[in-house]
Amino acid sequence: MSTISRDEVAHLARLARIDVTEAELDTFAGQLDVILDSMAKVSEVAGDDVPPMTHAADVTNVFREDVPRPGLSQQQALSGAPAAEDGRFKVPRILGEEQ
Amino acid sequence: MTEPITLTAAELASRIHAGEVSSVAVTKAHLERIGEVDKEINAFLHVDTEGALATAERVDADIAAGNPPASPLAGVPLGLKDVLTTSGQPTTCGSRTLEGWIPPYDATVTRKLAEAGVVVLGKTNMDEFAMGSSTENSAYGPTANPWDTTRVPGGSSGGSAAALAAFEAAMSIGTDTGGSIRQPGAMTGTVGVKPTYGGVSRYGLVAFSSSLDQAGPCARTVLDAALLHEIIAGHDPLDSTSLAAPVPPVAAAARSGAEGDLRGVRVGVVSELAGGEHGDGYQAGVLRSFSSAVDRLRELGAEVMEVSCPYFRYALAAYYLIAPSECSSNLARFDAMRYGLRVGDDGSASAERVMSRSREEGFGAEVKRRIIVGTYALSAGYYDAYYGSAQQVRTLVTRDFNAAYEQVDVLVSPTAPTTAFPIGERVDDPMAMYRADLCTIPANLAGIPAMSVPSGLSDDDGLPVGLQIMAPALAEDSMYRVAAAYERARDEAAGSALTEHLPQL
Amino acid sequence: MTAKAESMSDTMDYEDVVANFDPVLGLEVHVELSTATKMFCGCPNAFGGEPNTHVCPTCLGLPGALPVVNGTGVESAIRIGLGLNCEIAPWCRFARKNYFYPDMPKNFQTSQYDEPIAVNGYLDVELGDGETIRVGIERAHMEEDTGKSSHVGGATGRIHGADYSLLDYNRAGVPLIEIVTKPITGTGRRAPEVARAYVTALRDLLRAMGVSDVRMDQGSLRCDANVSLAPKGSAEFGTRSETKNVNSLRSVERAVRYEMTRQAALLARGEKVVQETRHFQETDGTTSPGRPKETSEDYRYFPEPDLVPIAPSAAWIEQLRATLPELPWERRKRIQAEWNLTDEELRDLVNTGAADLVAATVDAGAPVDDARSWWVQYLTEQANSREAELAELPITPAQVARVIELVAEGTLTTKLGREVVQGVLAGEGDPDEVISARGLEVVSDDSALTAAIDEALAAQPDVVDKIRGGKVQAAGAIVGAVMKATKGQADAKRVRELILERCGVVG
Repeated sequence: MSTISRDEVAHLARLARIDVTEAELDTFAGQLDVILDSMAKVSEVAGDDVPPMTHAADVTNVFREDVPRPGLSQQQALSGAPAAEDGRFKVPRILGEEQ
Repeated sequence: MTEPITLTAAELASRIHAGEVSSVAVTKAHLERIGEVDKEINAFLHVDTEGALATAERVDADIAAGNPPASPLAGVPLGLKDVLTTSGQPTTCGSRTLEGWIPPYDATVTRKLAEAGVVVLGKTNMDEFAMGSSTENSAYGPTANPWDTTRVPGGSSGGSAAALAAFEAAMSIGTDTGGSIRQPGAMTGTVGVKPTYGGVSRYGLVAFSSSLDQAGPCARTVLDAALLHEIIAGHDPLDSTSLAAPVPPVAAAARSGAEGDLRGVRVGVVSELAGGEHGDGYQAGVLRSFSSAVDRLRELGAEVMEVSCPYFRYALAAYYLIAPSECSSNLARFDAMRYGLRVGDDGSASAERVMSRSREEGFGAEVKRRIIVGTYALSAGYYDAYYGSAQQVRTLVTRDFNAAYEQVDVLVSPTAPTTAFPIGERVDDPMAMYRADLCTIPANLAGIPAMSVPSGLSDDDGLPVGLQIMAPALAEDSMYRVAAAYERARDEAAGSALTEHLPQL
Repeated sequence: MTAKAESMSDTMDYEDVVANFDPVLGLEVHVELSTATKMFCGCPNAFGGEPNTHVCPTCLGLPGALPVVNGTGVESAIRIGLGLNCEIAPWCRFARKNYFYPDMPKNFQTSQYDEPIAVNGYLDVELGDGETIRVGIERAHMEEDTGKSSHVGGATGRIHGADYSLLDYNRAGVPLIEIVTKPITGTGRRAPEVARAYVTALRDLLRAMGVSDVRMDQGSLRCDANVSLAPKGSAEFGTRSETKNVNSLRSVERAVRYEMTRQAALLARGEKVVQETRHFQETDGTTSPGRPKETSEDYRYFPEPDLVPIAPSAAWIEQLRATLPELPWERRKRIQAEWNLTDEELRDLVNTGAADLVAATVDAGAPVDDARSWWVQYLTEQANSREAELAELPITPAQVARVIELVAEGTLTTKLGREVVQGVLAGEGDPDEVISARGLEVVSDDSALTAAIDEALAAQPDVVDKIRGGKVQAAGAIVGAVMKATKGQADAKRVRELILERCGVVG
């Protein structure tokens, strides 16, 4: 069913924000082909009348009261941050090169 | 190797609560054992000596003051899989991306253990983000199987299982998305239970595949697993998929099962999981062990019949689409912005570049592979053929289970097609690795409870084999009952407990 | 960059546009709900605050944290759906919309995709001349807001050329309802007006329901305008642009109009309209292209596995329907009858945006005529001088009603009342707070007034004689002097009475 090209793997990796190496592209392209080939048989089995199952339990309408709950302090929120400034998460410039 | 580390959790608890031994002494003995053997086993990623002793001291003080124990397992040491958040200890998920991350909050399971006075020794090793069947995908090195340290302990909860087999902890917590508690249980000769989906809160369980993940107890005996099960299970308003139902009385079921009477219990052998004509890749010794386990159940009075679940043969494929799809989304948050490894932030690189670099360096090969497969399966042009079809297969697998449970109370199969394989054997062959989950995946897809109980040693390689017992949703008690009856009969027939055959480390 | 090069000369004259093209509109409005907590966690849903203080593991997207749906958020969504005459889905789900952006903590937005909670409704929109247009509603769905980024370094503090960015997640996870119209066709030259009227009507509806602050200036109501042109008479839609950053009702109208003239110019030159996101520039009323989209936009939607489906029962929906307030257009019909207004009077009231405000002021206890005159005259002047919508003035109908009450009972003169309103508009608090802070109460103490009157009478004995001689109108000069002496804080009517009394004339 599928033959997944090196370019396709590169495209998927971009979508997934993973900077794969050239060597990885080669390995993954081969492996993904095998994996997806083995998985493709799922499409042969179920007819249109079979509903998809997203959840293991048939439960609906689980809601929370609209009442505030204590959260994290600013210090806790930033405790794992690679960089912070003025109570905010400091991140590299957003979308620098495209503009 | 001597007491107290060789005792079961139930025995330790009763001695601690009776004041015959202190929790501190028991905790120290386990910490010493970790110090002695964990260089070789690598079951723990982090050992919290101070925190463990502090908990033990509190339990001892409580008992000295004449208070009733906080729970039936208060004071007993445990290993916690490093995928559950702990505010006092690092939580790495076996990934480089979370190296040194200390969460600002506790998982519900972590909180329940603390409230029960359980002594958390530390965090156990695992396949990165629980993706794997051998614990070789840990960024912090593989865990060795105590039965043969050149072999894997299974995975992804390999650290939790190996810690039990190496007597580094009396019990542990694992998580199971496609077999990650049961399969390591089988490969290390220990008991591992995946509860009904929604039975144990997922709040604070770092998600791999949200619709399949479930935390559960690991122990050396069925009763210990049941006691731990009752501590961690129950409804949690912080998890929308947590079931608002009472916890099944599993400890009572384990005790009654141990009386050894299974008359009136109907047991179904799943033909699709029992080797024979379907048995591609099943090890002969595993099939023989399974067949004698089934004989034993019959001897205990169970009514055994063969049951067919035809759609199980599509379960593996469905799983390896659903789980990667969900993981591709769940792991998107590891982007080096708010926490975790950041690479390449040189002041000129954009956020997007830094994200991609950091994810490339922070994730291991299997995680990247699955993210890419999942990204593909969810893509606009492929969704229906892959993710959509896989969800339909899930419906069909569930219907198979429902039909089977109209005829029987529990279903049985081998837990894994083979015994523990050598470290390194399957790392470059993802499909061979994935087949280790062949028997365990259907239960995850349907959300039903399932467990692995050791069925002795394979007669071809002398390594442990697991018997899988599966029950309908929220009917864990029937599963525990069968397991406890079988466990006792197994040891009686062998003339000794399985763990007594463990090689010296 | 092309945006800089693009100038007004690249547009077509509006008359030529409508002579040659049919515009098609699609409006997407995002509304922040005014629930107490966020959509999926118990953090406070509050505007502002110290950065990263309204956050928890869930809205920060920490590993392991899970969402739980805010029931009040769902109720608001259903009520909005009912208010827009939509069908409420008997069963629907949340879905994950996957894309990477640093202001989105999980790198997916929990939203709804092909299973929205409300579909297929309409909103009747009245235009300035009284014509009513029915705008079809495609869907209304629930989702969550993102955090806020600020950009440091570079020349302008804007995203372009910044050295780095800072992220505050207080807003992340705030409940949003996205309301999407069906394509709006056949409006011709009135398309910009229709767009504005639609957003106005929607805002009034949401305000009446009390589900949102609907403050465009604060971002609690945001509008994206999709515009395309088709050659006159063609059945096929043209390529559309999506204009974002449209932050006021006036901007909605301007943005649509500009896009029509820009696209027409492109098409007339034989060029193609690019399907893209554009940004509205408040300063010159133009739009400029946003960043190019990723190589391929693929959000990889799938049902959110961490949340269970929502299945509103018929009983629940009916219960919510019963809580719907009188809707703005129903109220207009009622007030026209009750207040005895001609169609034209009502339209004036509606066009100034005053109708609902007057009605609310009446509800707060003010007489109809007073309420009308305050809103249509003084407050409309105030809004115009600020280039703001009447409803955007920082004064509530209840506060206006209080001023009217104080004037009626003589505590304030009309002039003082206006000063009080100024104080409220300046953010000095409620009318009573402004009065005490500014010391504005009318001097109603007769003895204090008598002193001022005696002084004025003594200064103008000739006027006193005139009064005594029966020329009571002459009292006006004394009244003026007294009002001047009391800095206007006297009730002129009472002053006049006292003057006549002093002069021995009974008024």
